Amino acid sequence: MSEVVHTFTTTVPRWQPYVVPVDFATATDEQHAAMQTTPSNKGISPYVLTLAHDPETLAVRSPLFNLIMYGKDGLAASERELGAVAASVVNRCVYCAAVHASRFNNLTKRTDVIEAVFADGLEATLDEHLQEIFNFSARLSTTPPEAVVADAQALADVGLDELEALDLVLSSAIFGWANRLMHTLGEPMKD
Amino acid sequence: MTLIETLASVRPGSALAEAMGKRAEILRLSEAAHDAVLLPHDPGGLSHGLRAALAARMARHNRSPALASHYDTLVARADEPATALLAEPDTNVSDPRTAEIVRHADRLTVAPRDATRAHVEALRQVGVTDADIVRLAELAAFVNYQVRVLAGLKLLGEMR
Repeated sequence: MSEVVHTFTTTVPRWQPYVVPVDFATATDEQHAAMQTTPSNKGISPYVLTLAHDPETLAVRSPLFNLIMYGKDGLAASERELGAVAASVVNRCVYCAAVHASRFNNLTKRTDVIEAVFADGLEATLDEHLQEIFNFSARLSTTPPEAVVADAQALADVGLDELEALDLVLSSAIFGWANRLMHTLGEPMKD
Repeated sequence: MTLIETLASVRPGSALAEAMGKRAEILRLSEAAHDAVLLPHDPGGLSHGLRAALAARMARHNRSPALASHYDTLVARADEPATALLAEPDTNVSDPRTAEIVRHADRLTVAPRDATRAHVEALRQVGVTDADIVRLAELAAFVNYQVRVLAGLKLLGEMR
């Protein structure tokens, strides 16, 4: 019996859409073209088939997402993932949080950071460097954004250069996008 | 220059400007996303005028006057009196389909964490198609991305 997952977890759930996804077999040429690149190169999932309802946007969004999250140089991959997790906690996207928390754990070979975030949410206490990254991303993710210059200065103070700080802005912002799709167009299921 | 670069007005020659140069492809794709979401060839059941008005409204919810002003110009260009007033938060129209779209757009912007299956069902009840539900989510998601890129760039530009 499947059930909806309501609490944060690093066990990646199955995402089930609230709308009827595009049928791959009867999709238009434009929809097929838009599905050629997929977010995180995860293949043609129900999520991609759902977004194929808007092929013009999907065709741009997937390469943009991949470039922001998996581009070379700049901010460490794990720290981009932490920015994604912070946004997903603010927006309570359990699915996105699971995917990107588990990536953070795989990249860093540690589990204590995510355990603290899932236990204490926005009040989590982390190592100083990761704390400032987490706080900046979380404060940028509210509506309206609450981040102030002191939050950006704190990034510089723990050693992020301009390119790294820019990558954190981008990874937090793209989860302002991803969460609004994943969390509002479907739900995470445990089978 | 892309819209984000224009509105961020980062000091030329600064370290931040140099960093943005290294992320030129991301800025280019962000601009392409703007066009795909605001001015699609196939707008489906969400007209260009409605999209622009909702985008301006979302920018205002996020206290981003420069972005709201950009979207106001798209609202004026669309010349669609029935939806233009929606650019201001706390307004709505009597048409039940558009009214529900506006309520959902507000939710997606202000409190996406509160969105549930029931809200998608409410949209379907008033005749919003599944494709338009996805188009609306992409619109809100994109504008909220753009707001945060601009807000973040402003903070990085102001420090030190």
